[in-house]
Amino acid sequence: MEKFGASFLIAGIVTFFLGFFLQGVMPVLTLSSIPTRSVEDVAQNVIPQFEQLATDYPEEFSRFFGKPDAASFAKALVIGRDAYVAEACWHCHSQFVRPVSNEDLRFGPVSTPEEYQNLMNLPHLFGTRRVGPDLIRLSGRYSNDWHAAHLFKPTNVAPYSVMPAYPWFFDEKKRPNERGLALIAYLQWLGSWVDEAAPTSSR
Amino acid sequence: MQVAERPLVNLALVRWHLTASALFMAVSMLGGLAYAFQFNQLYPFPGVEWLSPGRVRMVHTNIAAYGFIANAFIAGLLFAIPRLTRKPILSDQLGWVIFAAWQLVLVLTVVGMLAGYGQAVEWGETPVFVDPLVLLGLVLLVINMSVPIFRTEEAGLYVSLWYFLAAFAWTGLVYFMGNYLPQFWVPGTAGAAITGLFIHDLVGLFVTPIGWGLMYFFVPLLLRKPIWSHALSLIGFWGIAFFYPMQGVHHFLLSPIPMYAQYGAIVATIAVEIVVLTVIVNFFGTLHGRSEAVRGNLAIRWFYTGMIMYTLTCLQCAFQVTLTFQKIIHFTDWVVAHAHMVMFGVFGFWIYGFFVELWPRAWGRPWVMPRLLTAHYWLTLIGLALMVIDLTGAGLVQGFIWRSLGHWGESVLASMPFWWVRTLSGLMIIGAQGFFFYALWATARGPVPARVPLPVGVATEPIG
Repeated sequence: MEKFGASFLIAGIVTFFLGFFLQGVMPVLTLSSIPTRSVEDVAQNVIPQFEQLATDYPEEFSRFFGKPDAASFAKALVIGRDAYVAEACWHCHSQFVRPVSNEDLRFGPVSTPEEYQNLMNLPHLFGTRRVGPDLIRLSGRYSNDWHAAHLFKPTNVAPYSVMPAYPWFFDEKKRPNERGLALIAYLQWLGSWVDEAAPTSSR
Repeated sequence: MQVAERPLVNLALVRWHLTASALFMAVSMLGGLAYAFQFNQLYPFPGVEWLSPGRVRMVHTNIAAYGFIANAFIAGLLFAIPRLTRKPILSDQLGWVIFAAWQLVLVLTVVGMLAGYGQAVEWGETPVFVDPLVLLGLVLLVINMSVPIFRTEEAGLYVSLWYFLAAFAWTGLVYFMGNYLPQFWVPGTAGAAITGLFIHDLVGLFVTPIGWGLMYFFVPLLLRKPIWSHALSLIGFWGIAFFYPMQGVHHFLLSPIPMYAQYGAIVATIAVEIVVLTVIVNFFGTLHGRSEAVRGNLAIRWFYTGMIMYTLTCLQCAFQVTLTFQKIIHFTDWVVAHAHMVMFGVFGFWIYGFFVELWPRAWGRPWVMPRLLTAHYWLTLIGLALMVIDLTGAGLVQGFIWRSLGHWGESVLASMPFWWVRTLSGLMIIGAQGFFFYALWATARGPVPARVPLPVGVATEPIG
């Protein structure tokens, strides 16, 4: 009798690990040939929009991030990513371009695994729903000022928008605070590694 | 012997888990309603950081799963396992510890997510610092509940207990995998594969087996006849156990995850939809000859309505998992409709059936105003049907506008009327819960009958 009961427990464990191997471990093994980059490594390539932030908001920028260099960019990317996670932005914005439905025409080159093989994607932020557009090719599409105005009150720049306002990313003078600057830096970073003229994938 | 003097079922534990389930259901639904108003540009708390719609959405989904569904399922297990095994749970004190720990987990989850500590794992947004407590609670729950199954002297293990034992093995493993691997060890695309597995397994290896296990317990009990076919029970169990755990990647189809994993997930998904048909046929075979019970017995009506929803979702799933459907419907409200049909239309409805059956037993009082329960049934059903049809249509509209390269705002504006109907359907569902809560309250506070009409806490005739 006890053996009989244990067989269902064992069945549960065996089937779990079979599925885990096929759908989890095997993709990990397939992708393990791609080296994983650290946040510091990713931040070596300081994007011009980050340097622009230092001139757009000099007082705030120097207070929170000092000089716009690789170290401060890495710090901003992490704070921005954490704000993105805390507000669950990924519930309404995806971060991958699919090879179907004209998405490469709308957003840009189709996503490849290498793009995500870094610690900025721990955890990954692929997303689950597109109430708003995909963000993985966002870099450089809009100015820093546009992002600031949009985050402060989205309907200011897009009257139809159903995105919430995020006044807590701004100080009393309505200028972006540490999280606000970091989030703008993070959003401007998304897709900055892709050269629009030379798509990373021919799919 | 001390054990023999304990009542078989600890009804006080059942009572409080059911009460907690109802309260967290209210929290989840109010969160969902507030979030729906955001889509009508009428959010009730604009600019309030702790009540930001993004954070409230996490409360809506997680409290639905871990507050409403998990609490009600624990109540069902506390009732079903001792009666199937004729052995009480390991320890009543441990049962209370688990009850308290689980409610603490839920309160910490809500506060943590609203404070900005939500984790970026879908259905696992429980803050990272709460995860160890969840795992501890799950381990204690499994110990408390599996001891009677291993101690039983019954001649054979009934099908419900197969599902429960498998779910006990699955739940902790699934929770650990989903909340720890993509968060700390596996970045990027491979992490997405594991998250997909978690999203899927939470429904497939925790909610589904416990739900079906409780159906196998309650349906024959209420219909007073054995389940139709033992062979179909076997095929259903082993089919689900084999195919369900290997389809997680179907949540990220057409993503950068290797295509063989995507194709594998699609094939396994279609396979499991065929397998679950055996379960459905088995239950409708059981109902055959007693179909008047759907009219006369409200719990049976909830159960079979849920099963029809289950059939519809499985049928839908077999199509929507194909890449052809995915081109259009992925990322749209179609998926939201599907999720509501599964989590609420199937498991939520079954839980209402448990309430109809267990609430009077747990409080030792008959239902006061049972007509309110009928109203609750119809209004909830119509509300959910409206929501599912509405959001499915919205999903198609959104998907085709995106493909036609219309301006993004075009898809938002085209969705507005659908989002109004969604809010309306949510209001209908919440209005229905008003009747439900009044009936629960009135019954719990109602007069205790002179003689207890229900055989509470004693073993009844064996089932099956």
